[in-house]
Amino acid sequence: MADSSHGTPGTTVAVGSTGRQLDEFDNPGLPPHRPRLADRDPRAEKRAERQVALLFAISVVGTLLFFVGYFFIPLDQTIERLRLQNLMLGLGTAFAMLGIGVGIVHWAKTLMPDHEVTEDRHDIRPESDRQDAEKIVNDILDESGIKRRPLIRNTLLGAALLAPLPAIAIFRDLGPLPGNALKETMWDAGVRLTRDPSGTPIRAADVTIGSAFHVIPEGLNEAEHKLEEKAKAVVLLMRLDPNELNPSPGKEDWAYDGIVAYSKICTHVGCPVALYEQQTHHLLCPCHQSTFDVEHEAKVIFGPAARPLPQLPIEVDDEGYLVASSDFQEPVGPSFWERG
Amino acid sequence: MSSSTATQTYVPKTRVGKVTDYVDSRVGGSAIVKEFGRKIFPDHWTFMFGEVALYTFVILLLSGTFLTFFYDPSMAETTYEGSYLPLRGVEMSVAYASSLDISFDIRGGLFMRQVHHWSALLFVAAVAVHMLRVFFTGAFRKPREFNWIIGCTLLILSLAAGFTGYSLPDDLLSGNGLRIIDGVMKSIPVVGTYLSFFLFGGEFPGTAIIGRLYVLHILLVPAVILLMIGLHLFLVVLHKHSQFPGPGRTNTNVVGYPVGPVYAAKAGGFFFIVFGILAAIAAAFTINPIWNYGPYDPSPVSAGTQPDWYIGWVDGALRLMPGTIGNFDFEFMIPFPWGTNALPLNVLIPALVPAIILFTLMFAWPWIEAWVTKDTREHHLLDRPRNAPTRTAIGVAGVTFYCIMWAAASSDLIATHFMVSLNDVTYWLRVLVILGPILAFMVSRRISLALQRKDREIALHGRETGRIVRLPHGEFIEVHEPVDDYKLYTLTSFESPQAELPTPDKDGKVSRLDKVHGRVSRFFFEDRVAPVTPRELAASHGDHHEEVAGAKDREAISSR
Repeated sequence: MADSSHGTPGTTVAVGSTGRQLDEFDNPGLPPHRPRLADRDPRAEKRAERQVALLFAISVVGTLLFFVGYFFIPLDQTIERLRLQNLMLGLGTAFAMLGIGVGIVHWAKTLMPDHEVTEDRHDIRPESDRQDAEKIVNDILDESGIKRRPLIRNTLLGAALLAPLPAIAIFRDLGPLPGNALKETMWDAGVRLTRDPSGTPIRAADVTIGSAFHVIPEGLNEAEHKLEEKAKAVVLLMRLDPNELNPSPGKEDWAYDGIVAYSKICTHVGCPVALYEQQTHHLLCPCHQSTFDVEHEAKVIFGPAARPLPQLPIEVDDEGYLVASSDFQEPVGPSFWERG
Repeated sequence: MSSSTATQTYVPKTRVGKVTDYVDSRVGGSAIVKEFGRKIFPDHWTFMFGEVALYTFVILLLSGTFLTFFYDPSMAETTYEGSYLPLRGVEMSVAYASSLDISFDIRGGLFMRQVHHWSALLFVAAVAVHMLRVFFTGAFRKPREFNWIIGCTLLILSLAAGFTGYSLPDDLLSGNGLRIIDGVMKSIPVVGTYLSFFLFGGEFPGTAIIGRLYVLHILLVPAVILLMIGLHLFLVVLHKHSQFPGPGRTNTNVVGYPVGPVYAAKAGGFFFIVFGILAAIAAAFTINPIWNYGPYDPSPVSAGTQPDWYIGWVDGALRLMPGTIGNFDFEFMIPFPWGTNALPLNVLIPALVPAIILFTLMFAWPWIEAWVTKDTREHHLLDRPRNAPTRTAIGVAGVTFYCIMWAAASSDLIATHFMVSLNDVTYWLRVLVILGPILAFMVSRRISLALQRKDREIALHGRETGRIVRLPHGEFIEVHEPVDDYKLYTLTSFESPQAELPTPDKDGKVSRLDKVHGRVSRFFFEDRVAPVTPRELAASHGDHHEEVAGAKDREAISSR
């Protein structure tokens, strides 16, 4: 502060010395007590007393309101009735509690003494206590002999370090090892693409340009670990003009006549990429807004995902239904260390 | 109490007296009453945040216990047959079905669920605001550093309690939350996949997670929270509460109201007020309408969903992080002799780095500041935030960093609500999350210093009365009224440490650490406003005739 009227540096001593400033105002002590209305006027005092009692009475009314809501509003499977009961239970409780609470605080603020009192702080650790404690600790250490017998001390240390390890190891059976579980899905050559959740198969002819299907593999609804399989196998099916697709070499036959299938599990942290923008052919994940471009093999064009959605190679079987030509060629969903 | 030393054994006369004496002579209640009955607690409205946290926790225990009697943490498949007609016949987990039963078939169940959820939201908020109060007033300084650490631990525990509870209804929304946790966990190098498989008992979602979260939520986490609250309050009693500076208050006393009756009445009554307000909110405002979401299914997801507010900042960070910049890919493929391993930094960085920055700074702050100030004294008088401009500015920067990430968790809602491009919202927030804290630091430090200067002006020249007076020679002045001694003391009784230059040791050398310390000390204390001294005040009365004129003016008025 260059402007000296805003304080001249050097008027305070550096911190860490005595802590008292050399040139400071004396503490004027507590300001004089200001009497409240109820302290001076007996009528105000009486009024405050009645207000407190009224607040307590409001609490009683609140409790009664709760019982009315609980016993006299039978639930009849309609949301309206449930709302009404919830409102009465809630307001009843609110009045019951606020009546008591506001009443007590009002009582304290208007009728109980409001003189501020000063109390001294004490040393958290008086020096005499410290000396006594030090002596006690030394005596304990001496009597235990832990310093004189390093053999005992060291073996105990070793044992105490090892002893907790079983407590960690015993949690091993919390779950199986990952194995190949994250790299395989229910899809395989010839598995039909079916609608989610009904499980009805999809004909290539049903998929018109611009439409999108939420797809599960055939047989998923009967699978033993349905949710776990579904969490990996859900697929989005879209049909574009074949000229709009730009497959990379070797993937030309992964689509069928403009119909492409991509994993619905976001490569970011695994939310379902559920929003399809029909005009731009973008897929958007509603959780963290990763955006994938279906025209360019679902590559990331915005957001936190770093990898394209894996593509499911598809073809058509003899009856005209869409089937997978194989499983996904790479693990679906969020990245993990072993993904490689 | 002991009859062997007393010449005459105390014989209670009344019935209440007899009962009291019976208990007292067995548990030593007299000593407790003597110690705490009239203990002094300072009073200030900002001291109530901690109370709110404690009371909401009690309400959480009460309402949570009720819920455990009806909730069933099983992920077994069942078909819903309860009162909510739109979901009748739908396959779902027992956990979700029992949550629906609590809402629709147990009288008062919906109310208790809503009280529980609203209390949880308020609990975390109260802990956070309480910590901000402690930070901005410097209440974490010696001797209260460990209690600050306990408080930080409580904040993390409250987040853990909130998150484990959020997932229990096993609805679509919380299931997607778990899915995100699973994805984040898998991004951890080397052990991530194993952690995920161990937590979920196999592949996501499995059938174990709800039961495990339930045990954490109703047993482990609350038990540790209770333990920490016990330690926290023990230390509060041991240290005695800090107080704001002011007339009559010193570093060696404590000024306030005695526990009995005033403080106990106010604090006790406040519990009922907090409960009442939460009950009113739970009565009128729906929270987490799980029946709208349906059971968890890995395929559907609803757009525009939000996590509970306290998880928002992590979700926002996940949204802000770009997966790729140009051709630079944040997911690294690291070739090892045994094959390639994936390191998805696009997930790891936002999930961990902001939390590490915020929590490390938070935990370490008492020692960081003590190192900067080289201050080893006890502090029982709080700082007004403006009187510690750099600390205040750092705190505001941290809050800004947090809030921008929090806002990013609503980026899609901001875009749809204000009809702007979602991508633009994200781009702007990416810039703001870096620039915002820096700007907030600079602006808030300037505001603190400006407020300090205003304080000086008031101390030196008094309060503007708004009265314009014409002097005999025609000059117009505004009358300033000098502040009274009490106000003057409040405005001037603060410390304004100065930057410490490194001092050479006896060989005339300055160690590297000393140099760093000198730079940091300059950064903290170079811009400072010193408190007004009596000398300055006396000098200002000589220079400025407003006060004198004002005094004359008052005399003139009073003599009329």
